[in-house]
Amino acid sequence: MADTKIVVNCETGEVEELPLTADEIAQRAADQAAWEAEQAAIEADKQAKAEAKASAESKLSALGLTDDEIAALRG
Amino acid sequence: MADTYTLISSVTVGAGGASSISFSSIPTTYTDLLVRVSARATSGGGWSDSTITFNGGTTYSSRYLYGDSSAANSGSSASAIVTRGANGNSTTANTFGNSDIYIPNYAGSNAKSVSIDDVTENNSGATNSAITHLEAGLSASTTAINSITLTLGSGNYVQYSTAYLYGIKNS
Repeated sequence: MADTKIVVNCETGEVEELPLTADEIAQRAADQAAWEAEQAAIEADKQAKAEAKASAESKLSALGLTDDEIAALRG
Repeated sequence: MADTYTLISSVTVGAGGASSISFSSIPTTYTDLLVRVSARATSGGGWSDSTITFNGGTTYSSRYLYGDSSAANSGSSASAIVTRGANGNSTTANTFGNSDIYIPNYAGSNAKSVSIDDVTENNSGATNSAITHLEAGLSASTTAINSITLTLGSGNYVQYSTAYLYGIKNS
């Protein structure tokens, strides 16, 4: 299945199906890679924050704070 | 009385599939636009992402909420507006996901907001199936929107995927 684009001209009603140019194929791949990298970075940041939170709660618990007291600290 | 949902153009993907769908030369005679998509992709698993671009521009951002078969989630992007309503290739055969992409004041001279509401097919045990996705997008361009392009991140929209462009007037 070749990479093609469909272009609908709303003024004329003409529908064209055209092969992607080499530049368009490269741009599409670059855009997808950038999107995936951005989302992976966001997920990694969220994961790091979750791990830091769990670690902090564990240390507070070791100091003798109850679960309710730790929850109260979180606001 | 509001003159709503005037069909401007529509397209059905043919047997060869397509990696992107564009509407060009969009008239400026409406107040809002709605793109209603029914799509399935040759890629992905439970769903496939498609980026949305206006006039070929590059200045986008978005925030989103979504839930799938395993968890609820949220996120953002500093570079893209993305719809997730295309069923991926591991969903039940011959089923399609749905997306509504609403663009108010598309012909104005301010930045453009976009709201997206997606669902994919939910009768599947595929990983990440049954996604429900809401997204608030922003295009920083102040130029009236005269073209809209949906581009799958990878793979192709399969035959019988459809896109309908509606114009909406407030009078």
